[in-house]
Amino acid sequence: MPHRTFFAFMLPSLSAMLIFIALPILSSAFQSLHIEHPRVLIETETCDPFAGCTTETRVDAEATRKLEEAQPAGKFNGLGTYFNSAHLAVADVAEIWRTAPNVWQALSKITDLPFYRALLFTLAYTFVVTPLSLWLGLLIALAVNMVPQRLRGAITYFTLLPMLVPTFLGALVLFWMIDARGLIGAALIALSGNPDLSLKASRTLTWVVLFVHGAWNSAPFVFIVFYAAIQTVPRDTLESAIIDGASRWQQQRFVVFPHLRPIAIFLTLVLIMDNFRVFESIVAFSATAQASSLSVLVFKDLMNGTTRLYGSAAATSMLTILCIALLMMPSMVRSWQTFKGKA
Amino acid sequence: MKRLLAFMAVSAAFLTVPAYADCGIAPGTVNILANDFQSIRTVTGTAAECATADVKITANHNKAFADLMVAALTANPAQYSVVVVANGSLSPLLSADLIRPLDDLVAKFGQQLQPSQLIKIGGKTMAIAFMANAQHFYYREDVLKQAGVAVPKTYEEVLAAAATIRDKGIMKEPLAMSFLPTWDIAEEFLNIYYGGLGGTLFEQGTANPAIDKEKAGQALNLMKEMVPFIGPDYLTYDSDVFRPKWYAGQVAMANMWGSSAALVLPGQSPSPETAKDTHLTVAPTVGGGKTPATMVWWDGFTIAKNISDADAEASFRAMLHGISPDMAAKHPEDAVWLIDGYKPTPAAMGVINSVKGGSPTYPTVPYMGLLHEALGAQIADFIQGKKSAEETLADAEKAYITAATSAGFIK
Repeated sequence: MPHRTFFAFMLPSLSAMLIFIALPILSSAFQSLHIEHPRVLIETETCDPFAGCTTETRVDAEATRKLEEAQPAGKFNGLGTYFNSAHLAVADVAEIWRTAPNVWQALSKITDLPFYRALLFTLAYTFVVTPLSLWLGLLIALAVNMVPQRLRGAITYFTLLPMLVPTFLGALVLFWMIDARGLIGAALIALSGNPDLSLKASRTLTWVVLFVHGAWNSAPFVFIVFYAAIQTVPRDTLESAIIDGASRWQQQRFVVFPHLRPIAIFLTLVLIMDNFRVFESIVAFSATAQASSLSVLVFKDLMNGTTRLYGSAAATSMLTILCIALLMMPSMVRSWQTFKGKA
Repeated sequence: MKRLLAFMAVSAAFLTVPAYADCGIAPGTVNILANDFQSIRTVTGTAAECATADVKITANHNKAFADLMVAALTANPAQYSVVVVANGSLSPLLSADLIRPLDDLVAKFGQQLQPSQLIKIGGKTMAIAFMANAQHFYYREDVLKQAGVAVPKTYEEVLAAAATIRDKGIMKEPLAMSFLPTWDIAEEFLNIYYGGLGGTLFEQGTANPAIDKEKAGQALNLMKEMVPFIGPDYLTYDSDVFRPKWYAGQVAMANMWGSSAALVLPGQSPSPETAKDTHLTVAPTVGGGKTPATMVWWDGFTIAKNISDADAEASFRAMLHGISPDMAAKHPEDAVWLIDGYKPTPAAMGVINSVKGGSPTYPTVPYMGLLHEALGAQIADFIQGKKSAEETLADAEKAYITAATSAGFIK
């Protein structure tokens, strides 16, 4: 196809991407370089039903608005927000590195800083849940493929249920099930004989529960994609493998898996991007004490009820995009090489 | 017979239609944005009685109302003509200059209001308060009796009572507190530190933090001492999460909001067994102090600036109907009303005695929310034993200063 025709075909989707993806990202990047104007504070008398009248500090709305009208984006702060203690915290990291007695303690202190704490969980979640749901989905797809044709419809439907249930509701249901008085919690207590066992109490167990929920939630998507791909495995190759005396494992290993490889790469990319945005389950599991993610940080900056920190949220978003880009790098490089090889 | 039944059904349907009171309001549109709990639904429900062909009244109840209000009122015309706020959520509207002074409307229509209901900022009435709320102490009388302990008046007595209940084998985890990070756990800390111990928060006149390390450490240690009596899941508890435990009879003492009293008292409680012995009282004091360790909140309504004067008047008058003395007389159980003629019920005593005991109002300074959030993000680390009290407070102050600088409150 000539480049010109190709471009004409791509134009509608390119312009949609520009408007709905590129521009918002640019706008966030711009916002992340700014903080709010210094507010003009004044002391006024405040009267309420309980304490009577007291002198309190308030924002001078008129004066603050004049500042905002003059410079709507806020006060330019350069990369200050990126390096402050709510984000990359360079000063704190340097301080910890200088004072900590050994590397292990330094690392444990650094991962207690808000950004690194969130990053650590987000990465752990991505690297555990992605392979877990890939393998789980593949196993389900292979199993369903063995089931007699008549039952497949019903089984497929039930297997897809976790994907149909909103993530938040699914997590909330599981949260109550692992409670000490819930189905799973009570069963675990009975099995282990430890009446104080709680899946919500320790960091490790909370993380495990979140990982399991993540895999449960995304396995159906993996399953349905793999299941569709398995239907296209060439019959004759499979039959000749059987004639050659390949065992069931060898058929999967040498015929089915190579056929599924491109799909698996695609799924890995989608899952990494998906898992990197882990958010709902942390809120639904009331797990904010034990786990935090980059999305949770953004949410907290924007939805704390009183003062929105747009610059801080934008900086976290940009760092999230950067992290995803780094994770995608290997496969991006591979696509680029394939492209170069073709040209 | 069938016809008779149909006739009865139809007339029953007519009977349940709310009586449309003509409040004498000139035509206008009233859109209310409010938090979602029973007391506020009672007020907006009563206000909606004023609806006529010319007066349209709608209400949006949303727990995240504070996240919606600034954007909704910045629009011109504003999306809502009324926002029901609390003292913690008033300042964003004031800082952005989105609500109108109500003095003229009060002079014209506000004969029913008591002077204490007028929230005055810099001499202008900016909100009309109608109810009070506070976290306070709930207990199961039968359990305390069985354990042979008196109703605790201090947190030290709460801990002793909890130990007795557990040692006698009555309950394993007799205490419940809202220790869910971040908002809830910071609220409990502030109840003790700011409410009970009278600790300072900011330097007067600036947004710089001024936390009294000694008192704050005392409050943190008290919270840590409570943990063994709350149980291993304490960091997941807000009152919605631990209330089922209360219903199941596994908790004997808890700190809960006055506005949700009805949920655990006879009548609405799904567990009449526990409800009949559930009592409430003033918040305990702490460390030999005299003030109940809690903070008092008011809920009130504000009127948007970016709406027509006609809509503002209709909104104001509909809300006055919603908070009329008749409403308070009809629903005395629903809240601790600040309305003329309201006679407190036993369920109101927890809040009223906390006010009488001198508990402070939750601070309304515009940067309070940032400090609240910063504290909430750190306290869990201390309670879990990961950080010392000094480290926890230093980290919280640092996080607050970072946020307050981004928000322009600190230069």
